[in-house]
Amino acid sequence: MSTSPVSTTTQPLLQVDGLVKSFGAVRALSGASLHLMAGEVLAILGDNGAGKSTLVKCIAGSLQPDGGRVLMEGHEVRFRSPRDARDHGVEMVYQDLALFGNLSVAQNFYAGRELTWPSWAGRLGFLRERKMAAETRATLERLGVNIPDISVDVAQMSGGQRQAVAVARAVAFVSKIVILDEPTAALGLREGARVHDLVRMLTEHGVSVILISHNLQEVTELAHRAVVLRRGQVVGEAEPTLENQPLLVSLIVGATPVEAPRRPPPITPPAAAPEAALPPA
Amino acid sequence: MDATAQSRGRSSTRALDLALRFLGAGPIVILAILCAVIALAQPVFLSTVNLQNVLLQSSVVAMLAIGSLVVILTGGIDLSVGSTMALATVIGWEVFQVVGNEGGLLVVAAMVVLGLIVGICNGTIYVVGRIPHPFIVTLATLSIVQSIGTFITHSQPLSGMPTLVNDLGRGFIGPIPVAAIMVGIVAIVATLFLKRTQWGRWIYAVGGDREAARRMSIPVPLVLISAYAVCGSLAGAAGILVAGNIGGASATIGQAAGGLLDAVAAVIIGGASIAGGRGTVWNCIIGALLIGVIRNGLALGGASPFLQGLLVGGTILVAVELDVVRTMIEGRIRTIQSNVGSL
Repeated sequence: MSTSPVSTTTQPLLQVDGLVKSFGAVRALSGASLHLMAGEVLAILGDNGAGKSTLVKCIAGSLQPDGGRVLMEGHEVRFRSPRDARDHGVEMVYQDLALFGNLSVAQNFYAGRELTWPSWAGRLGFLRERKMAAETRATLERLGVNIPDISVDVAQMSGGQRQAVAVARAVAFVSKIVILDEPTAALGLREGARVHDLVRMLTEHGVSVILISHNLQEVTELAHRAVVLRRGQVVGEAEPTLENQPLLVSLIVGATPVEAPRRPPPITPPAAAPEAALPPA
Repeated sequence: MDATAQSRGRSSTRALDLALRFLGAGPIVILAILCAVIALAQPVFLSTVNLQNVLLQSSVVAMLAIGSLVVILTGGIDLSVGSTMALATVIGWEVFQVVGNEGGLLVVAAMVVLGLIVGICNGTIYVVGRIPHPFIVTLATLSIVQSIGTFITHSQPLSGMPTLVNDLGRGFIGPIPVAAIMVGIVAIVATLFLKRTQWGRWIYAVGGDREAARRMSIPVPLVLISAYAVCGSLAGAAGILVAGNIGGASATIGQAAGGLLDAVAAVIIGGASIAGGRGTVWNCIIGALLIGVIRNGLALGGASPFLQGLLVGGTILVAVELDVVRTMIEGRIRTIQSNVGSL
């Protein structure tokens, strides 16, 4: 897909400026910058240990960067927790899905944000199970995800179903940005296609998507733009077309000098961080 | 995937699903069979006095077990429940000396509050101290709490409790022991809390996957501390029942009759997963009754009391193995689901 981003405004929805994050002696991010327009699908490419997961976790509030800024719609934001990010309309689907095997689909959907009554009872309020189940069913239907029985524990579901539930959960509550960390890595072709449909549906609703993927074909198919991360920095950016695939590959592996077609980022010497020592995924 | 393979997949899923349901109902089936066998061998088992006895003895274990369940649901364990229960009786006795018989309510409250304090300490030390496993924390508090109790009492039993405590511990309403009624009330409240409230759901969530809970912005540290607080409070409540039952206090009552072991055993026999996230109050009461019935049946049969532990231990192993089988069946269902490809 190589249509231009839906939005025509010049102000990016999300702007990330020089993010730095270290784990002990390991520098996972050393000044990573990128921007995301409304309704855009941005792919983040990079080899293992390039800092992709760390970068998106900083955006999703799951990690706090050591330095740099995150701006949403021009205003600086600091997400101290996933909840902060969620309150700003940012949802993330983790690589390991963050589903509860011992809870049902509906219970997973509302985990951490259950509907309760009466409101004065706070956290000790009673769960509105029926309402939550109905809403979950409606959302899954709207997204075209077929789960025969949403009262089944997630532990009993196939990998594809679980992935679909995790994506649908993020989509159900998202308002601005959804981050997908290798959403189809564990899936078969057909199940992967289903997730692709979900992503396209999102952009139709004006939601922006950040997609981490190792699969160039998937990126070419879905993303409007791709940035490449290496050693904790964005080293290049390209429109993910078939013709650009060799360029992207060389950016990922760092084989050739960077010749970005648009918006050339500053080329800095590679940081001394050891590639092998990965931050916790 | 052709239709026959799909339907074959569906029907074998249904069979496995049935097996899962049976495993879920397992404890009560075993209890029923055991009761029937003992009743046939020893008709006196069904006498009112004996059944009352079983209920009374199971009440203390059940009270401890409900508290332990809450902690085990979060994937933890509390080894200090027995000694907390014992210290509660001692503190209750001390308060009794000050307030006298009219202050029965104060004595009761003091025991629960003591338990609550120990529980909050357990949870806070575990969470704030970032100690790898609650096993270690509660092993330490077990020792500390027990030591405080024996220091106060010089390990001597103390006689005397307010009428209110005695009534709760050994009184009857009609044919039913008051202690059993108390357990019933606590069980209903605990079930409502765990299954129907948001905080209760979070306890299951934290036990199911702690990292996922954190990512879904569930306040994991607070949930953990609250679980140990509930467990400690119920250990204090179990102290009330014991104190009333023996009409006094003892710093070593927690070790008698395997206070801790029976509580954890009841939870496990009740089918709760020691890894957390699975288990119900109802089943852990069945587990407590199972242990009570086993002990009672062996006593009626004239077996050496020293053999009771053998059978209780064996039952624990069977229960844990059933949990393993359950996990395997779930895996099997998952595989079939993927093969059917019903996404």
